[in-house]
Amino acid sequence: MNLVLVAEQTLNGLQLGVMLFLMAAGLTLVFGIMNLVNLAHGSLYMVGAYLATYIFQATGSWALSILGGLGGTFIVGILTEVIALRTLYERDHLDQVLATFGLILFFNELVAILWGRTAIYSTIPQYLSGHVELGAGLRYPLYRMVIIGVGLAVAALLWYVVTRTRLGMLIRAGASNRTMVAALGVNIRLLYTIVFGFGAALAGLAGLLSGPVYAVQPGMGELILIQVFVVIVIGGIGSIRGALAGALIVGMVDTLGRAFLKPMLATIISPAAADTLGPSLASMLIYLLMAIVLAFRPAGLFPARG
Amino acid sequence: MSSALLEVRQLCKSFGALRATDQVDLAVSEGETHAIIGPNGAGKTTLIGQLAGNLRPDSGSIHFSGEDVTRLATHKRSHRGLSRSFQITSVYRNFSALENVSLAIQAHRGHSFRFWKPARTERVLTDPALELLKKVNLETRADVLAANLAHGEQRQLEIAMALASRPRLLLLDEPVAGMGIEESQRMIGFLAGLKGSATMILVEHDMDAVFALADRISVLVYGRIIATGTPAEIRANAEVRRAYLGEDA
Amino acid sequence: MPAPRTLVLFALLAVLAAVPPLAAAFNEPFYLDLFRRIMIFSIAALSLNLILGYGGMVSFGHAAYLGIGAYSVGILAFYDITSGWLQWPLAIGASAILAAAIGAVSIRTSGIYFIMITLAFTQMLYYFGISLEEFGGDDGMRLKAKSDFSGLIDLNDPTAFYYLVLALLVVLLWLVHRIVNSRFGRVIRAAHSNEARTRAIGLSPYPYRLAAFVIAGAICGLAGALLVNHTAYLTPDFMNWTRSGELMFMVILGGIATTSGPLLGAAALLLLEDWLQGSDLLPKDWVRDHWQLYLGLVLILVVVFAKRGLAGLFAGRHE
Repeated sequence: MNLVLVAEQTLNGLQLGVMLFLMAAGLTLVFGIMNLVNLAHGSLYMVGAYLATYIFQATGSWALSILGGLGGTFIVGILTEVIALRTLYERDHLDQVLATFGLILFFNELVAILWGRTAIYSTIPQYLSGHVELGAGLRYPLYRMVIIGVGLAVAALLWYVVTRTRLGMLIRAGASNRTMVAALGVNIRLLYTIVFGFGAALAGLAGLLSGPVYAVQPGMGELILIQVFVVIVIGGIGSIRGALAGALIVGMVDTLGRAFLKPMLATIISPAAADTLGPSLASMLIYLLMAIVLAFRPAGLFPARG
Repeated sequence: MSSALLEVRQLCKSFGALRATDQVDLAVSEGETHAIIGPNGAGKTTLIGQLAGNLRPDSGSIHFSGEDVTRLATHKRSHRGLSRSFQITSVYRNFSALENVSLAIQAHRGHSFRFWKPARTERVLTDPALELLKKVNLETRADVLAANLAHGEQRQLEIAMALASRPRLLLLDEPVAGMGIEESQRMIGFLAGLKGSATMILVEHDMDAVFALADRISVLVYGRIIATGTPAEIRANAEVRRAYLGEDA
Repeated sequence: MPAPRTLVLFALLAVLAAVPPLAAAFNEPFYLDLFRRIMIFSIAALSLNLILGYGGMVSFGHAAYLGIGAYSVGILAFYDITSGWLQWPLAIGASAILAAAIGAVSIRTSGIYFIMITLAFTQMLYYFGISLEEFGGDDGMRLKAKSDFSGLIDLNDPTAFYYLVLALLVVLLWLVHRIVNSRFGRVIRAAHSNEARTRAIGLSPYPYRLAAFVIAGAICGLAGALLVNHTAYLTPDFMNWTRSGELMFMVILGGIATTSGPLLGAAALLLLEDWLQGSDLLPKDWVRDHWQLYLGLVLILVVVFAKRGLAGLFAGRHE
């Protein structure tokens, strides 16, 4: 277990963390402000991945695929909100869970109709493939560095919007007191739609970035969605700061756990046992972490309503 | 001095910059009916919340019958003899009136890890429940769903449920809120009948109720108690008149 | 004259009892299979109804217990322990223990946290199941042999198995009915109806909710044992969260907090799925190959428009 490997896995953990953050930020905003549980958030991630892959295959332009992926997901998000989700704001969480669960089935099948069930792989444009020399013998894929960079940039952008702009102020106010904001004459409907579209775009961004790294297939959204739930529970619902903290923690723990738990266990117990136990435990690690955090902080690490 | 059933010392609670409870001292003796009055937003419900256990004070203490209950969980306070009714009616809407009271009795009569016998058939629960409903004049409405009771009847049901645990101290949060004149009079009469046998802390706006029932009154303004005394003393208190009662009380 | 809903329930049970002879008469063994599957899922749904319908605990992880029950039986069978007298109590016990562990952590939370946490724990078990390479991992494995009840009943006989499941369903329906109306059941329903009020009268919801959660898990574990014997195949998919979603949907569709609801819901959902996938009336390319799309739409429509579920159609007073 050498230092280069550790550094590489740490960067991988950071990359996963950043992607989880993009997803978690949208989901936690929507929950915090509109009190809406949206299981179909993963579907928007999937839509982003598919749109971007399709556009890149059709036009060969990565820039266009980004725009298409982001814009397309934004539009799909808005349409979904207007058509299907508006009726759910007033309903209880159970209804929201079931209805958005129905949406998941719908989107997964829709994508299968359009592009088939087998995974498609999106390719990285030439200028983004290749590696970056990070010194001390560490070579890291350029594309993954880009993902990290984009993620951190978005985090900074979100911080700016939420703390320094009028929209951000409305968002923060809405998160703590919906009725008051409505009473102040703000067009709540429009605000909700914009916030939802924004969250959808973030999910779409995560999706289109992840395309080259993970497989693009129906159901891809649900795989990452559960991890996003863990992130939000650990970080605290409704809080962007919590989403960032939770995402980085989960990203690191999961990645480092999968990479190093087996060899670490092998030093304590027999290699054969570590071989079976290691991967099993590693896959359960983030859930155990969640249970521990909840034991001490039932509302997460940085809950929005203090 | 510690013959007081309830003793509150220097209770403080803030919500951000807002001091909802500001160094409140209160002592209520056994058998006393003590009213807490004050303008809206004075912090009356916050105070009740801390006495009942829904809210944790930031500092200060609450002693009930000599025991420090400041951080005791709500359901445990009920078993110590402290019972409350809610300002905004809080009954079980899809249970009948009888079931509501029966459940309140069940909480204090044996344990509830019984899985077999239908609770409806337990005379040890329904008989006392009917008695209580009779006391609050609801026995003819026993099988009506709480959601279908008139507002005033629901307030009566609240009282019945509060009495089910045979409490030593009753915390009544605006018992006649939203009631018409006749209903209020009846409720006041009923509460007057309880005086002496039960110790009561009454939060109220209705001055008729307050002056008819209270042995002593505390006036809460902006989280602070500005005066405590008998009804006559309070009526005469200049500061109270200015802050709350109006010049011609 | 019993209430309309009770009559419906008895009618349903009578229909179920008549299925084997009818299926034999019309030479359609498929229906025996289908209705047995419906009954097994009814058992799973009625266990969820206890905590979700009556208790308001939106557990998105209930399918985990189907998996635990199934794996308990499957793993023991793998090691040639095929006695049902040993396997099934173990399936129930293992489910109860895990429900206690998961519940102890989850029930301290509420609302959206509870939903997410139960979901996360189920996924954890699902991934754990996938990682068990000796038992088929991702793909699962065939059940080595059906549970053996020392000659008392032969699960390889479809009809005998069918009536066993029916008997268990009837017993469990009655059991849950008694629980719901007992002191315990009243506390569960009260805590759901008005939690603040429940604390005020002197009851802490936590221990009761935990007990209900464990009971529901145990019953669902039994359903898992039945399911693996029914499918003769063991797969982590039993614990998939979409399966949890299906169970929740069955409870809602049938009508929450009703006795016949879970049965109606399971029947409706499974019959709908079967119809969407297999009916000759529907075009293959557009509908049958992509039946989940239509199922999703139906789900959304039901949630938005049909709040009280099927049992609500026979509504009387609130139970």
